[in-house]
Amino acid sequence: MDTTSLSREGEYGWVIEPTGDMRVPAVIYAAENLVRDMDEKVREQITNVATLPGIVKAAYAMPDAHWGYGFPIGGVAAFDASAGGVVSAGGVGFDISCGVRTLATGLHADTVVGVGPRLADALFADIPAGVGSEGAITLDQKKMHDMLAGGAEWAVSQGWGDARDLERIEEHGCMAGARPDCVSQKAKSRQKREMGTLGSGNHYLEVQRVEQIYDEQVAEAFGLVTGDAVVSIHCGSRGLGHQIGTEFLREMAAAASQYDIKLPDRELACAPLESPLGERYLGAMRAAINCALANREIITHLTRRVFVELFPDAQLDLIYDVSHNTCKLESHIVDGKARELFVHRKGATRAFGPGHPDLPLALRDTGQPVLIGGSMGTASYVLAGTTTSEQLAFSSACHGAGRAMSRHAAKRRWRGREVVDELAERHIWIRSPSFRGVAEEAPGAYKDVSHVVQASHDAGLARLVARVTPIVCIKG
Amino acid sequence: MSKTAAWEHVPHGADIGVRGRGATLAEAFENAALALTAVITDPESVRARTAIEIACAAPDRELLLVDWLNAVVFEMATRQMLFARFDVTINNHSLAAKAFGEPVCRERHHPAVEVKGATLTGLAVRQLADNAYSAECIVDV
Repeated sequence: MDTTSLSREGEYGWVIEPTGDMRVPAVIYAAENLVRDMDEKVREQITNVATLPGIVKAAYAMPDAHWGYGFPIGGVAAFDASAGGVVSAGGVGFDISCGVRTLATGLHADTVVGVGPRLADALFADIPAGVGSEGAITLDQKKMHDMLAGGAEWAVSQGWGDARDLERIEEHGCMAGARPDCVSQKAKSRQKREMGTLGSGNHYLEVQRVEQIYDEQVAEAFGLVTGDAVVSIHCGSRGLGHQIGTEFLREMAAAASQYDIKLPDRELACAPLESPLGERYLGAMRAAINCALANREIITHLTRRVFVELFPDAQLDLIYDVSHNTCKLESHIVDGKARELFVHRKGATRAFGPGHPDLPLALRDTGQPVLIGGSMGTASYVLAGTTTSEQLAFSSACHGAGRAMSRHAAKRRWRGREVVDELAERHIWIRSPSFRGVAEEAPGAYKDVSHVVQASHDAGLARLVARVTPIVCIKG
Repeated sequence: MSKTAAWEHVPHGADIGVRGRGATLAEAFENAALALTAVITDPESVRARTAIEIACAAPDRELLLVDWLNAVVFEMATRQMLFARFDVTINNHSLAAKAFGEPVCRERHHPAVEVKGATLTGLAVRQLADNAYSAECIVDV
């Protein structure tokens, strides 16, 4: 991105002043090298977001921002319903409530490495991943309704989870305001056999080593100990979320003119929050959030079963579960006043700072754990929410690395089997149904997540707590 | 299949573009769907054993392409199938098709990635200088 037309706000804020139809400025948070490497499409898309009705304060792009659909991935924007604000299906994304959870195991990483291939095989055998895999649960109409209304709470009630996990999940495991009746039969039929499945693409289950701790006090509160093994799960609302995203994007694009909304890009498809279409989308999207929360809880249950087989003393405690594709009603301070705003985070993580009332007591002093997944074979990071993030970007931070090259280019450059063999030599065991899939997800196909995380830390969006590196990676 | 028929993938930063070409609009749509199969697996590895009927309609041919590809994604997901061949007819932005394929076999198809949905990004349906048709969009994976 050409930085000459951007004005600076400190070392890490890059501001696009309002021109034309922009209602507010757009702000990109990143180190200079990251901004220069960003696609011009990020500027175009974040500028477009700033034109939407009812947007408050500014449209924000996180340090990992890249070209998305309508909104950039790494985009954050808040809307006031009473000021004609909108909700955008493109502002949430196709994989509604895609997110990451991390669990402590209480095991030393060396113990896990000792049985690495066996653990990898056992996890790959028990956790459905990739095209052609099916979950062990079939949802009938009633169970589908209850799951969409209950989220992780429902999974726990069915014996597919642990009640102690709930307070460590955003919304305490159950998104209020979900409307299963707003979810189409087609979306429900896509989900019938997909509960407890990982999906594919950049989704994964990893067993990781806590390699480095940057903040001892916060790490201790999170339950992170240097040298220990943790488990991280990255996936979302599966077929149900994809179908809801597809249907509402299409419907909102067609209805925009009816609501007198001028769309600079069809993928910015949105509807007023206070409209029948906006309310239906919110109800369906919240149901999809519950689907994602239930899905990650069930996968956790399956993971615990595998661990207990191999390590009878292991206890997998949930550190936290974050979602990075959502729109949520939150209270934020704008110009000294508390306002209720609908905050879209698309490829961005909520990062509530210390003292936030929505955090469980055990995390109230530290701020929310912000879990940033790396690419296959590379490091991931745990950060914590800061007090400064509220003023900077409605308490939001980055979500991951982002691709450095297309799948097409990656497939031509790497051979999946060689990637798997090379990583195994470094004691990183990959299991996947497809070598081509592994080649397309090769570590080198992604940007270095450490730069993005460092920029988030330096900008004050979140602060570094720990770095974890992979031991076992299950890919779909 | 005519000489002008073909499919290809269009590189995209995070996802992948599918492009179909054909002597007719219907043939371009058939090939765009074949490009969709190729995102997941080698279409040559899929046997055309069972036929599934698909129908959709849209206000314009661009949205018809998105609806068509999303209908194929839906059938793949709910039937756990992959498709090797498509017979499409289009009349006034209404599409009727038969998709020929078989259940996913992980050992034989080695599915690389799941397609979440077709998007409105990079969406273009056009007639080319040689009168052939081209139909393309980015699909989210």
